[in-house]
Amino acid sequence: MREGLVVNIGRLRLKNPVMAASGTFGYAEEFKHFIDLKKLGAIVTKTITLKPRVGNPPPRTCETPAGLLNSIGLENPGIDRFIDEKIPFIKSLGVPLIVSIASEGGVEEFVSLAKRLDRVKEVSAIELNISCPNIKNSPQSTVYSLQKNNGQLISQDAKATYEVVKMARKATRKTLITKLSPNVTDITEIAQAAQDGGSDCLALINTLMGMSVDVRTRKPKIAMVTAGLSGPAVRPVALRMVWEVYKKVKIPIIGMGGITDTESVLEFFIAGASAIAVGTANFINPRTMIEIISGLEKYLARNRIKDIKELIGSLKI
Amino acid sequence: MKPFQITAKIISNKNIKNNYFEIVLLAPQIARNALPGQFVNIKTSEGFEPLLRRPLSIHRIGRQSRVASLESKEGKEIIMLYEVLGKGTQILSQRMQGEFLDVIGPLGNGFNCYPLSAIRYPPILIAGGMGTAPLVFLAERLVHSPQSIVHRKPLVLIGARSESHILCEKEFKELGCEVKIATDDGSRGFKGYVSSLLTEILSTVNCQPSTIYACGPKLLLKEISRISLEQNIPAQLSLESHMACGIGACMGCVIKVKSKKAKGKIDDEYKRVCKEGPVFEAREIAWE
Ligand SMILES: Cc1cc2nc3c(=O)[nH]c(=O)nc-3n(C[C@H](O)[C@H](O)[C@H](O)COP(=O)(O)OP(=O)(O)OC[C@H]3O[C@@H](n4cnc5c(N)ncnc54)[C@H](O)[C@@H]3O)c2cc1C
Ligand SMILES: Cc1cc2nc3c(=O)[nH]c(=O)nc-3n(C[C@H](O)[C@H](O)[C@H](O)COP(=O)(O)O)c2cc1C
Ligand code: FES
Repeated sequence: MREGLVVNIGRLRLKNPVMAASGTFGYAEEFKHFIDLKKLGAIVTKTITLKPRVGNPPPRTCETPAGLLNSIGLENPGIDRFIDEKIPFIKSLGVPLIVSIASEGGVEEFVSLAKRLDRVKEVSAIELNISCPNIKNSPQSTVYSLQKNNGQLISQDAKATYEVVKMARKATRKTLITKLSPNVTDITEIAQAAQDGGSDCLALINTLMGMSVDVRTRKPKIAMVTAGLSGPAVRPVALRMVWEVYKKVKIPIIGMGGITDTESVLEFFIAGASAIAVGTANFINPRTMIEIISGLEKYLARNRIKDIKELIGSLKI
Repeated sequence: MKPFQITAKIISNKNIKNNYFEIVLLAPQIARNALPGQFVNIKTSEGFEPLLRRPLSIHRIGRQSRVASLESKEGKEIIMLYEVLGKGTQILSQRMQGEFLDVIGPLGNGFNCYPLSAIRYPPILIAGGMGTAPLVFLAERLVHSPQSIVHRKPLVLIGARSESHILCEKEFKELGCEVKIATDDGSRGFKGYVSSLLTEILSTVNCQPSTIYACGPKLLLKEISRISLEQNIPAQLSLESHMACGIGACMGCVIKVKSKKAKGKIDDEYKRVCKEGPVFEAREIAWE
């Protein structure tokens, strides 16, 4: 049955379509005591920037109905230490490594990061995080000049998305994934721009902007006031966006947002995803991805489906 | 210390006083590996409400259950003491004996039980409110361990709102610890905060305590930190923060620590309470 779970993302072949979402799986090592990491389809690491980032002041997380708000602010050790300290462990697993990158400044930072990673043979693909709601682009940056106002995300502007993807595309021959934000009026416009820029694949969704207030103190529950919502609460929104994008673009979609079990994965496939990522559910049950992989195998066997790819976009309307 | 994700049977779960509960779980792997100051992360409900696990300190290792006594003397149960505050602890308090809970642990670093300075003088343990929970486990280790190098039994200071909120006085006394009490309303012992009691004790005793171990509300820990630095007594403080994963993956539970970077220029630096903590040395914490 195993063969039935194989999927392709750009030139990348995954033994199964189940991967860890950026920022929710650390650098994989954090989960080594809980699951057999070798079984995963791929591992997407926490978004890396050129220089180390200390991240946002706490409190950084808070729980909401069936959801989680976070404003970590991309705390990460920077590309150099990432390559030296984090890659060796992941390499030892033999699981495709997808490195998520973001820029604190202009589009040049995406280019230098992509160039740098292009030379690292352990890296299977690069994911452009142009959708993190928890960092603000500085007004001086080139990216800013591509945008209307400060604080706007690249993935909230089709033209900026196109520029960044195009430049990154020139910088690497590795499979390029573009991660989209749901905080937009029409996500298909942005998806189209990423495809036009040369992205091999799309990942959606990143977190939805939200907030929560402690009514006793009248203070926001997150120090940065607003934060990104994830978890089961966002699943219907994510699914709707995957469906909309699937109808509009040709490149494969990695679907995510509130996936907790096999059934939610099947929903994403039927709506048009070619692979899926598990985020917040890793915190609740570290075994989620492993349970999903065996759940998918059982589902295919039970329903006599030879290849999971048959499900992609099979929504009946 | 390798953590485990296990399905643990509830041996008992009972209300001890006010809204304080004690839960005993059969969790041999965790019991065998746990250190004082470490915690477990419990899924209180089966569904998504609440979504996240709830962290609770390991209060003691239990050796009660028949399963344990049949096989060996080794403790097979972990015991947690908790206060019902919100949704998660409310649901936990309703879980019944015989049911199973999804538990991850032991997590975090735990107290350093044998700091070198302990060779000369006894330590002081300071418990504020629910912070008493992990200190009983610590006191047991300090008193019972065959390698114990603590010459005198620890002095324990318990702080509570009122007499009826005092926790674990009996347990500490049974271990041979000297216990002093402070209550906010003066209904028992010293009237005022347990940090003021500490100041009073430090001004009267002739020997300095080797180490201060403390757990409790943030403001209390901040005050103890100040006193310990002023008097040059090493202090290990167990901190809390909101946790999403509890296993070091999300970077959500951080506290600010003093940066070791170049003098003069002080940058913010953060450490994870769930991984590098929950126990921190007083001198490394950058209080807000
Ligand atoms: C390492 C660690 C060890 C802990 N050990 C114990 C223990 O041994 N016994 C015990 O009773 N409690 C302990 N706590 C606190 C306990 O985790 C919280 O009280 C619990 O998560 C509250 O959950 P709830 O759903 O009942 O309340 P919520 O509805 O989540 O909140 C109720 C109230 O509790 C506060 N709260 C929520 N989460 C936390 C938290 N992580 N830390 C502090 N306050 C919080 C909220 O701000 C709110 O005021 C520990 C916390 C940590 C981080
Ligand atoms: C704590 C936390 C940190 C995250 N960090 C990142 C990040 O660094 N880069 C990124 O692209 N997405 C990040 N995300 C978003 C997730 O990768 C994912 O897109 C989102 O959480 C939706 O999936 P979920 O509902 O399964 O969590 C983070 C999410 C959480 C909860
Ligand atoms: S709670 Fe996730 S890193 Fe500490």
